[in-house]
Amino acid sequence: MEIDELKKLVQSIRIKIIEMLAAAGSGHPGGSLSMVDILTVLYFEKMNVRPDLPKWKDRDRFVLSKGHAAPGLYSVLAERGYFSKEELVNLRKIDAMLQGHPDMKRIPGIDMSTGSLGQGLSVANGMALAAKLDKKSYRVYAIVGDGELQEGQIWEAAMSSAHYHLDNLTLIVDNNGLQIDGTNAEVMNVDPIGDKFKAFGWHVLEIDGHDFVQIRAAIELAKNLTCKPTAIIAKTVKGKGVSFMENQVGWHGSAPNQKQKEEAIAELEGSVTQ
Amino acid sequence: MSIATRDVYGKVLVELSENSRIVVLDADLAKATKTIEFKKACPERFFDMGISEQDMMGTAAGFATCGKIPFASTFAIFAAGRAFEQIRNSIAYPNLNVKIAATHAGLTVGEDGGSHQAIEDISLMRSIPNMTVINPSDGKETEEVIKAAVQYYGPVYIRLGRAATPDLHGAGYQFNWGKGEVLREGKDVSIIATGIMVAKALEAASKLQEEGIVATVINMHTIKPIDKLLILETARLTGKIVTVEEHSVIGGLGSAVCEVLSQEYPTKVAMVGVKDRFGTSGKPDDLLKQYGLTTNDIIAAVKSIK
Repeated sequence: MEIDELKKLVQSIRIKIIEMLAAAGSGHPGGSLSMVDILTVLYFEKMNVRPDLPKWKDRDRFVLSKGHAAPGLYSVLAERGYFSKEELVNLRKIDAMLQGHPDMKRIPGIDMSTGSLGQGLSVANGMALAAKLDKKSYRVYAIVGDGELQEGQIWEAAMSSAHYHLDNLTLIVDNNGLQIDGTNAEVMNVDPIGDKFKAFGWHVLEIDGHDFVQIRAAIELAKNLTCKPTAIIAKTVKGKGVSFMENQVGWHGSAPNQKQKEEAIAELEGSVTQ
Repeated sequence: MSIATRDVYGKVLVELSENSRIVVLDADLAKATKTIEFKKACPERFFDMGISEQDMMGTAAGFATCGKIPFASTFAIFAAGRAFEQIRNSIAYPNLNVKIAATHAGLTVGEDGGSHQAIEDISLMRSIPNMTVINPSDGKETEEVIKAAVQYYGPVYIRLGRAATPDLHGAGYQFNWGKGEVLREGKDVSIIATGIMVAKALEAASKLQEEGIVATVINMHTIKPIDKLLILETARLTGKIVTVEEHSVIGGLGSAVCEVLSQEYPTKVAMVGVKDRFGTSGKPDDLLKQYGLTTNDIIAAVKSIK
């Protein structure tokens, strides 16, 4: 895909995120917008998946460990054709397919139910170990938040991924620097993230998580790195693309109202035509 | 003859190792949980996750999403206790096919003391939707439960003990998933027991018979889903129930039985179990005595129901 085309695609996905959150009246825009450039590259260019056959055995797997960013994932999956885009406005409604956090029992294309932070990397390890055991070539991708790194289980899992030489696993850290109560630095410092993963026996790549060239290159490079798992530390902007949400702690977990929705969409539409 | 249910676990895993979907995970307790036997037989499908029970449960979940049948093994206190939320959210919520073999359950862990004696695990596990909870009574039953768990799709919590228990079942025993086993029939009182306490319930029934009290004894190996029909049938027959478990009386077998009876057929129940206390170090038999889990305690409970 040409970069311009990719940019248009991501902007339309961002608009969907805003629309679905406004329709739901609750949810998490900040972390959805920060990771969506990476997620779009994964689902449209890098992951070997078949939206017509979501449970295809040889597909690459994806675990959204930071499950609250579900609107970002749902918008990408809908755009990729896993389910109808009309479903997006039913987010968080009673009995809706699109639950507040990813639910693999209801939603085509969701490989693991997540939401409780810290648990996704362990699951991704299990998937990667199963691939090795079965001599399958599929890869496993997981996205964790930077605040999520405060969960102890992440480091249990990080130890495991390296111990079992899971070079078929790529972990992306959505490093937007913010969490509910403030900046990571104020709440509980997680830096230096790259050094921590290196010390745990990982390959570490540090990129700008909104630069498509860097995202593509890092994901491609990780496929070719052997013996160890790879962590891509992606520097991102929470709320990316909507200026009044960018880098604002308050937009972690609140939905835009009608006026804010219109303002956000106008800005996003403008940025596509620029 | 007697054998600890955890010893059987290791042996059965080896027997089942021909099934290539089975993978076994442990958290640095392979010698104690006996998964070491599987490791010897089938090292490529054995994964030691180190002392990290939460990560182990998540890894088991990941295996299950790829069609494996993972057995995740550790002590009951660390499985049901420490990794409760991983079991809830990463295994049971998505209804993944993970078998949790929790050994060293209850007071009979013995000398390790209260920190290691899981007396809340049945309560915790049976409160989770999608979860099946089974507490086998002897070696043969453990063997059958493990085999049946492989055939069944969904998360299963299997509670195993460290201490040797007398053999109650012969070679031909057929385990019926979710159906309590009537070991003795009597019309005066129903003793519903689980796990290692089933043998003691049978002893108590023999002694009671000498006094002219004829008891029904039920081995309630499957605590969830509980055998509602059998509980109601026996309550209608005898009108008096005694529940017996090596577990807290809060939330375990006794509670499960009372939930059925209070809603459908109110019946007097006496509970033999740990009365809202932590355990302590000691020899298994001394602990059972101190915590009111002996044959005589069962007899006293039977007589307490007027």
